[in-house]
Amino acid sequence: MSSKNPADSPACAREGAPRKGFSRRTFLEGVGIGAGAVGAIGTAKPARADSNDPVGPGPVAITLNINGERQDLEVEPRVTLIDALRNQLDMTGAKKVCDRATCGACTVIADGAPVYSCTMLAIEAQGRRIETIEGISTEDSMHPVQTQFVENDAQQCGFCTPGLVMAGKAVSDRSSQPSMADVEAGLCGNICRCGTYVGVRKAVYEAARA
Amino acid sequence: MATKYDWPAAEDRSLIGKRHNRVDGPEKARGTAKYSYDRNLDGMLYARLVTSTVPHGRILGIDTSNAEKVPGYKGHVNILNVGDEVQWVGAEVLAVCADTEEHARDVAAATAVHFERLPHWVKDEDVEQAGTANRVTPAKDDTKGPDIEEAWKSADATVEGYYGLGIITHCCLEPHGQVVDWSGDEITVYASTQAVARIPADLARGLSRDESIGTVNAEQVHVITPYMGGGFGSKFNIDTWGIACAKLSKQTGKPVKLMLDRDEELMVAGGRPSDYGKVKIGAKKDGTLVAYEAETWSTGGVAGRGSPPVPYVYNNEERLSQKARHLNVSTNIGPARAWRAPNHPQAAVLTMCPMEDLAAELDMDPVEFFKKNADLTARPEVYRYEIDKCAEMIGWKDNWHKRGDSGSGPVKRGLGLSLHTWGGRPHDSTCEVRIQPDGGVSVNLASQDLGVGTYTTLSVVAAETLGLQIPDITVNIGSSRLPISGASGGSTTVGGTSASTRRATVNALEELKGVVADALEVDASDLVAKDGKVFAESDPSKSLSWTEACRKLGNRTITGQGKQPDREGGKLNDSGVGGVQMADVSVDVETGIVTINKIAAVQDVGLVLCLEQCESQVYGAVIQGIAWALYEEAIYDQATGKMLNPDMEFYKLPGAADIGELEVHMVQNKYDDRGVIGIGEPPAISPGAAISNAVANAIGVRVPTLPLTPDRVLEALANA
Repeated sequence: MSSKNPADSPACAREGAPRKGFSRRTFLEGVGIGAGAVGAIGTAKPARADSNDPVGPGPVAITLNINGERQDLEVEPRVTLIDALRNQLDMTGAKKVCDRATCGACTVIADGAPVYSCTMLAIEAQGRRIETIEGISTEDSMHPVQTQFVENDAQQCGFCTPGLVMAGKAVSDRSSQPSMADVEAGLCGNICRCGTYVGVRKAVYEAARA
Repeated sequence: MATKYDWPAAEDRSLIGKRHNRVDGPEKARGTAKYSYDRNLDGMLYARLVTSTVPHGRILGIDTSNAEKVPGYKGHVNILNVGDEVQWVGAEVLAVCADTEEHARDVAAATAVHFERLPHWVKDEDVEQAGTANRVTPAKDDTKGPDIEEAWKSADATVEGYYGLGIITHCCLEPHGQVVDWSGDEITVYASTQAVARIPADLARGLSRDESIGTVNAEQVHVITPYMGGGFGSKFNIDTWGIACAKLSKQTGKPVKLMLDRDEELMVAGGRPSDYGKVKIGAKKDGTLVAYEAETWSTGGVAGRGSPPVPYVYNNEERLSQKARHLNVSTNIGPARAWRAPNHPQAAVLTMCPMEDLAAELDMDPVEFFKKNADLTARPEVYRYEIDKCAEMIGWKDNWHKRGDSGSGPVKRGLGLSLHTWGGRPHDSTCEVRIQPDGGVSVNLASQDLGVGTYTTLSVVAAETLGLQIPDITVNIGSSRLPISGASGGSTTVGGTSASTRRATVNALEELKGVVADALEVDASDLVAKDGKVFAESDPSKSLSWTEACRKLGNRTITGQGKQPDREGGKLNDSGVGGVQMADVSVDVETGIVTINKIAAVQDVGLVLCLEQCESQVYGAVIQGIAWALYEEAIYDQATGKMLNPDMEFYKLPGAADIGELEVHMVQNKYDDRGVIGIGEPPAISPGAAISNAVANAIGVRVPTLPLTPDRVLEALANA
């Protein structure tokens, strides 16, 4: 499996998605052979994103910047960002659906660009500013994209919604006057099974202008 | 006869039939709605399935010795045993669990299952080939109406053709699965299900079959499902993984999460039967349809399944000569599950497409042809009205042309239509409505919201009945310990739950009126609840605000009970709807790519409760229809017996840019007196036939099978 950001897909115009960093495949190739000792929790060796030194396969200490807050955690190097968010930090807004960088339900924003967190390793997310669905609203107010999702009935079962909201937020962050074609291009890395696209398109279009 | 339970008259409705934001919208938009997959309980273990790698075989051995040495291993349970037969790739053999999700994958990978391979078959389209493999059994042979041989003689035009559509899967975004916490005698199940009230008995039955578990009582099981991520007919049962998950929880003394992986979800947890058929259809010169004959075949796994009700909609048994044979093809693939309007989408393709071909043969405008024969349907007036309305929405008069008469450029435009019907009889439901002394109101029933708007519709029903607003109502569903309500399948939920809720709310209000009548010294029958007040109709100055009225209860909480069905409870619902859809497409005859320009949908559902959520159901159904008309299909390889695309990259679904313009018209104020009728299935039926007809109109030839992928379009053009 290669690391695939929405921007890597020719069909998707998600400019600015980070392309640097190692992929899940090259990483696993790097550690797959000869990696012996299993690190014990608490004594884990810190993993640095800018280092090529092999780490793992046991847990390593990492630090993530999520919604502006520092999160220290210990993860096996193979753990994806989505699994770290959901299983370790109990941030379950982003959903694991295809687990193969296709459906966008796991979309988070890294350094301003939408990425598939199912195909970014947690250790790879170090040093990046990660925004998740949990970070874009407060108890009292929702982000305009969220408000417009409600106003336009842009959700049914709701399982794809957090990913679409984050993709929509990235559209509205980029432009306050996106065309409908811009909106569709920005959302084309996300799949909804219930069929909410009519409301979703309107919601993102209107939220950008809000 | 009028009863106090009847829906308010049109002029008295302040909420029913209007547009409302989904009450669960903010939680879903914020990502705080907790689905089964999102449950993280203290000490929770992660489970994975180990499944069959062969399409047909017998289990020779199950070896967990290496798996048990994997770091983090916590336990395993067998679902099948040595000697058992597996009938498809992905069949559940055992479940394992570990302390982390990654370790659970390691444990599953270290588990070895050995199979003796047996002969398999996974292909269904070529029925003769399947017959040679001894996989075909007759399932139906019906003859109805006037003598068909005479009818063929009377026909001035006949068309014979081959039509069909492949297998699709449900592909619910939240996969099947659950978290089970077996603690003491209490079994708490966070299940992704469309049948909250049914799961306890289902799980207890499954567990009690295992002697080592002993007898489990359904009342020990508490199902909690406030939100679920899509079902579409595939999530009625606890399934083997739910039973195994509960056993692992008992075995380990910890909560256990077992959600299917995407490939498992697509291979074994969903599936709509294919359907293929040779169809002959005939009409007189003036367009009067006289005969329909079909030999159809389909597969939905080992058991076959998928007999389509053909001829569809146009099926008057007095006047139309009909002959329908069906053959079951048995295949070693994951078994079919009910898929939104079971068998109807297939029947629409096998009826509406030959009809459009016959209209072309007769040189008739299909709209005129479909309307002319409306007397062969159960509701001629409804369909004539809906065809006209839909034609206006799609601009049929201006945009339709004769088949193939679409200009010289490479991009051809065409229009097509289809009709559908569905029952949607309400399911049984019981409801308790509480009115608290502080004015709080709750609606309580063991129903579920699959994303259709149950929270919203029940809020509207209770608020309308009490003269309150939507935020004044708390809807408690998604727990099996609430009053029992039916499973959400077949468009039965809104009719059932709205009726039990209406009756329970009316009963609760009656009791409140009794208390208020004493306080205001008026007759209880003179009181009305409206605009947040309870007041005397004869003297509105005798009035209490809702809160003041409820305060008169003192320490008492009112509980109103309501049920469906209820003979004395008024006519609140019905079954049987129509619907018409028309598609406007462009086809590039050089690439074979079909683009949706617009789809128009007209739908009647009796009394509309929540207009916006009804429209959303139609939009969603049409988009799902675009998916199976143009993109999605489960593809199986005979050599290996495997599904080749159990993922979301090659199992293709449309995105936001692939759906064109959609326009929905809900028929309101015309059939309101019928009461509430389900909306989930009907609009999911017609899109494939309408799109296929539009493509035929555009390019001048029929692309026989769906999905209408570029290769199939090009092949049809090449064969023309």
